[in-house]
Amino acid sequence: MAEKELKPKAKEEVPAKAEPVRPGRVFLPAVDIFETPEALVLVADMPGVPPDQVTVDIKESHLTIRGEISPPLGAKETLVTQEFYTGDYQREFHLGSTIDQKRIAAAMKDGVLRLTLPKAEKAKPRKIQVKAG
Amino acid sequence: MPVIFREPGWGPFREMESLQRQMSRLLAETFGPGLPLWRPGVYPLVNISEDQDRVYVRAELPGIDPKDLEITVHQSNLILRGQRKIPGEAKEANYHRREREAGTFRRVVVLPLAVDPGKVDASFKDGILTVTLTKPAKLKPRQIKIKAG
Repeated sequence: MAEKELKPKAKEEVPAKAEPVRPGRVFLPAVDIFETPEALVLVADMPGVPPDQVTVDIKESHLTIRGEISPPLGAKETLVTQEFYTGDYQREFHLGSTIDQKRIAAAMKDGVLRLTLPKAEKAKPRKIQVKAG
Repeated sequence: MPVIFREPGWGPFREMESLQRQMSRLLAETFGPGLPLWRPGVYPLVNISEDQDRVYVRAELPGIDPKDLEITVHQSNLILRGQRKIPGEAKEANYHRREREAGTFRRVVVLPLAVDPGKVDASFKDGILTVTLTKPAKLKPRQIKIKAG
């Protein structure tokens, strides 16, 4: 796995539901989502988004992550070759298990968002003993 | 034999080129501003821009440790090599989705002009690598004054 070569992927745009306020494209970030006994963890690639431009919103069991990029070009620059488009990121998820909303933690480093959603006490898994009978 | 009036420079390819131009204009109008994408098929994808004095090459490399990046400039070739590592999570983690990929990459970017290899800067911020190259002095634009007759 370590020696696998990366292949470029075109960014997928968010299907438009309502008209955006901010002009420009909006993409779906690539995510990893995994679950541990204590928490649900979401890791999203959002290159170009500074830490203070990330919003995480949870309404009941609907999670929205959004990241706004800084201007991709300097003031006097013009593009010569374009291989990827730049734009904001947004993605929505439906959360299955109950989340303890007070303890949600988010960290953004080098364009990667890591969101830890601790499970509420009642949603933690219980091991069920099978009685021999 | 009927005489066919030909426009100078006419040819089947010219028709094709004109069609291609119309198609790319249509695409640009449909999908918004920006140049039509150039697809080299090699990671990482780069955008190249310029201003009067410099050329900028940018690549999206989220979560890459700058220590795992190797940047080389040779004449008008810029070589980007590196590795993207995704740290393994705890053993008890079970995945719902796994879209992010780890792996190595090596790419040559042919720059639009020869650059001064002594004046290359690279910075990494919010997952974006920016390589700044300086145009050689002789290629910089010069303003030409018109002499009064």
